[in-house]
Amino acid sequence: MVCDVCKDGDAVVQLTEIEGTGVRLLHLCERCAAERGVETAAASPKPQIADFLQSVHQQMQATHGDAARCAFCSSTFRDFRSTGRLGCAHCYDAFEKSMRDLLRRVHGNARHIGRGYEAPATNALPDGGTANELRDRLRRAIDAEQFELAADIRDRLQGLG
Amino acid sequence: MLDLSLLPDGGVGWLDASGDHSDIVISTRVRLARNLEGYAFAGRARDGERLRVLAQVRQAMGEIRQLRQGVLLRVDELRHDDRLLLHERHLVSRELAGLDPQRPVRSGAAVYLTRGTSVMVNEEDHLRLQAIHSGLHIADAFASIEALDTEMGERVPYAFHREFGFLTACPTNVGTGLRASVLIHLPGLVLTKEIAKVLAGLQQVGLTYRGLYGEGSEVVGNFFQISNQTTLGRSEGELLDYLTRVVTHVIEREEESRRVLLRDAGYIIEDKLWRAYGTLRYARSLSFDEVMSYLSSVRLAVGLKLITDLSVYTLNKLLIFSQSAHLAHAEGRELTASEADLARARYVRGILASDTGSTR
Repeated sequence: MVCDVCKDGDAVVQLTEIEGTGVRLLHLCERCAAERGVETAAASPKPQIADFLQSVHQQMQATHGDAARCAFCSSTFRDFRSTGRLGCAHCYDAFEKSMRDLLRRVHGNARHIGRGYEAPATNALPDGGTANELRDRLRRAIDAEQFELAADIRDRLQGLG
Repeated sequence: MLDLSLLPDGGVGWLDASGDHSDIVISTRVRLARNLEGYAFAGRARDGERLRVLAQVRQAMGEIRQLRQGVLLRVDELRHDDRLLLHERHLVSRELAGLDPQRPVRSGAAVYLTRGTSVMVNEEDHLRLQAIHSGLHIADAFASIEALDTEMGERVPYAFHREFGFLTACPTNVGTGLRASVLIHLPGLVLTKEIAKVLAGLQQVGLTYRGLYGEGSEVVGNFFQISNQTTLGRSEGELLDYLTRVVTHVIEREEESRRVLLRDAGYIIEDKLWRAYGTLRYARSLSFDEVMSYLSSVRLAVGLKLITDLSVYTLNKLLIFSQSAHLAHAEGRELTASEADLARARYVRGILASDTGSTR
């Protein structure tokens, strides 16, 4: 893919700009990225970008299950496969089928038969927890370059406003 | 520097050797992994989320009677040597203490300590509720932590799934979130070379073993932690009963191999154990691994009633207090490795002499 700005160099960075209500995705070469103050993997090996590029590359060949993403914490099933840890409680629903298979392999069974649990009434969330929670989700979605999700969360935050 | 005298019973009441089979079983630990609804798990959460988790949990703790007498330590605000000290004392995990350079301590990492019970906050899971008892007391340890779990779960919303149970960062803990482990000393099985069979047998029946410090730690001094491997698909009661039955069987096997050793190799074993005791009593420099190895022999000698003027409590204390961060804490300064070896030998000599009422 060529750079969206100079139309010459190979695009190595995806830059997302949020302006007003719109999200713009730019593919930039190393030089144009540097001009915008974005360090590239080549100039300064930042693990986050390197991981991202690697994950994009791998996603091209990945199975549908690997690309599945949790809408709450923005983790992918691939993240789980590389770390062995899930990002949040909602990941169990986001990757439900894969998790059920995995749990069956690990524990010989995928159904909880121990103590039951009823959560206390909703007022247990701290004051402002909902807006804070959305802000955390927004930052995570941006970190994970999940821009449609980020825009959606931002709209919900503005709705709380 | 952290003042450990402020902790209820110094956080080491479980060393007192008051429990069942305490010459073979040092301690029983039961923990429940829990997460709060509405936040990413601690490894994925942002700083602000973890701090809000901590604030919410602290508020709940203030209302729980069982936790009134305790102390909350902000692990993320402690110096490295103090975090290491807490880890050596088995009060926090390596992960919570942030001891691996690649995984530094997380903001919001904290531990609440009260007599026999602790709560780690923002470890791999938001909450790790834990009870430690001396000797083999699986049911009692669970009972005390179950009560705390009920109180906590009424005040903060746990992440719970209709099918998978209590949700955890690692799928190996999901369901009950229960891990019960027994720290057990098995020198007889090691010396008779029966240990490999016993350990292989454990894994076949859904249990696992680790070293002195839990996950990822090596076995030293013939101390093993035996625990349940599965957490899902069985009730808490079934998991605990099963572990109790298997550990009781392992204790019988250990006692049997000790009888065989004395019968078939009496004087060789006796000589080996007394030599170990002599080294601990008189050596001028000891590495931690050496202490562990000799302590294992002396512990066996006490179990076999060859040495009668030493208490199991003293041996348990040596296990904890002869570690590097504890020696540095006692000396009030950082120690080089060779200084630590000298300080360790001095400490061990002093404790053994005062316990047996003899000279150094």
